[in-house]
Amino acid sequence: MALILLVLAAFSSLLLGVSDLGYARVLQEIWAQLTGGVSPLSSREAAILWYLRAPRVVLAALVGGALAISGAAFQGVFRNPLADPYLLGAAAGAGLGATIIVVTAPTWSIALPLAAFAGALGGVGLSWALSQSAGRSTATLLLAGVAVASFLTAVQTFVQQANIDTIQRVYSWMLGGLNTTGWREVLLTLPYITVTSVVLWLCARLLDVLAVGDEEAASLGIRPARVRFLVLGAASLATAAAVSVGGLIGFVGIVVPHIVRLLAGASYRVVLPLSLLGGATFLIVADEIARTVLAPAELPIGVITAFTGAPFFLLVLRMNRTR
Amino acid sequence: MLELVGVTAGYRGRPVVSEVSVAVPRGSWLAIIGPNGAGKSTLLKSIAGLVPHSGSVLLDGRPVQQLSARERAQVMGYSPQTPLLPEGLSVTAYALLGRTPHLGTLAREGPRDLAVVEQVLARLDLSSMARRLLRTLSGGERQRAVLARVLAQQTGILLLDEPTTGLDIGHAQALLELVDRLRTEDGTTVVTTLHDLTLAGQYADRLLLLDRGSVVASGDSASVLNASVLAQHYDARLSVIEGPDGSPVVVPQRHPPK
Repeated sequence: MALILLVLAAFSSLLLGVSDLGYARVLQEIWAQLTGGVSPLSSREAAILWYLRAPRVVLAALVGGALAISGAAFQGVFRNPLADPYLLGAAAGAGLGATIIVVTAPTWSIALPLAAFAGALGGVGLSWALSQSAGRSTATLLLAGVAVASFLTAVQTFVQQANIDTIQRVYSWMLGGLNTTGWREVLLTLPYITVTSVVLWLCARLLDVLAVGDEEAASLGIRPARVRFLVLGAASLATAAAVSVGGLIGFVGIVVPHIVRLLAGASYRVVLPLSLLGGATFLIVADEIARTVLAPAELPIGVITAFTGAPFFLLVLRMNRTR
Repeated sequence: MLELVGVTAGYRGRPVVSEVSVAVPRGSWLAIIGPNGAGKSTLLKSIAGLVPHSGSVLLDGRPVQQLSARERAQVMGYSPQTPLLPEGLSVTAYALLGRTPHLGTLAREGPRDLAVVEQVLARLDLSSMARRLLRTLSGGERQRAVLARVLAQQTGILLLDEPTTGLDIGHAQALLELVDRLRTEDGTTVVTTLHDLTLAGQYADRLLLLDRGSVVASGDSASVLNASVLAQHYDARLSVIEGPDGSPVVVPQRHPPK
């Protein structure tokens, strides 16, 4: 079911754009590529399809899936429904990394995602290191995350204000957007997101065990601290990869897992894979809207995720109450 | 046989339990009693290996400390005083968590694990609730679900911290009867903390009275449930009378009105 929705969303997104390719011809083209048949599209149309639209759809799926599965994992580790993948300084770190590059090397296009990636991992790493020296509990880790996030945001704001002319570029990056240059962004993030999603999915049962509390989990023979380290590491890596190419897209990591929980139950064995699919579908649709409502101008995708996600979430909440 | 030899345990170097030695033969029931803060739960947790401790816990003569966390979880099941219930899980999914020590770290449960859980639920009269979510259960049903989770571990030793917390007299009795049946049918060794002294005397073969972390009395109910000993350590006015079946009944006494 979730898979069908994902395929439909991806296909409809392939169709939308300034030049109309027609759904029958797009289907024929996909069929031709699969079977080695004759393409019905002109070479210009094929380029639009395969080098402009397809990478963007795949990237939206990757980023959305990564953010949603990481959000679900964070909620499991912290046993807190408000946890999201940006909780431990990933967003602030990525923001700082991106701002520094916008200020210092604005024309070096590959540097921006790399700096955001490094910044996100740096932020989470810093939170982890601080919490290890100060008590090792999850509460300490949360507080360390809050402190690191505020600190990095302060530094980022300082750098940005000191270079006020770059503010527009910094902001548009922060609001999120999926600008692709061919398949490069997909290739940059695919390995990280694939590996971490598999790791998280394998840890699903352990996250269920963590839900009974550290003491009981330990009495069942697992080591809660190790599971947390593994899950947070994988989720942070996925988040960093997503942020590096998508900017700070909010809302996906927190709302998609909750919608999945409301519809399909609370076991992480269900929540993690469905969040991955749901997040992918959600972001493809959000990106479609972002590209089309003000076409040819583009809205920041973060605006769309909140604008459409919030009402949808409330609707699911209501449905669940009356059921 | 489960044996504790000079077990001392505590948090941050401050001992809460000191020098506890006791032997619990296979298939018997030991109740740890004592006033609030005496170290009952800490002692139970140190048996379960959840609190650092010195001295040794021996299982059939072998120190439990040598076992890995997983191996330990295969021989001892533990339920805390206030278990954290993941409310959105079904009773079956929750009980399946008890299979964790029998699975590889990243493995999934197989049909055998499901069969074990099914059997446990039937035994605890929970079959009809197998698919219900934990949040929809009553207090008594929740305690049974926790017990199902522990029993799914299939261990020879059950360590239950106040299993009757929050249960009325009927439900408390039913739960203890159930544990007693498991003990006699399977030869399971049971160690519980219990705050109800009369119930402790009725079900346990042996009572261990702790006060400020030390054993102050140990033995069968007739010897431990002694009015003057209890009055002293609980700082209470009480008397112990003989129940209809001959078992001791601990009765509190109100201060005479002026």
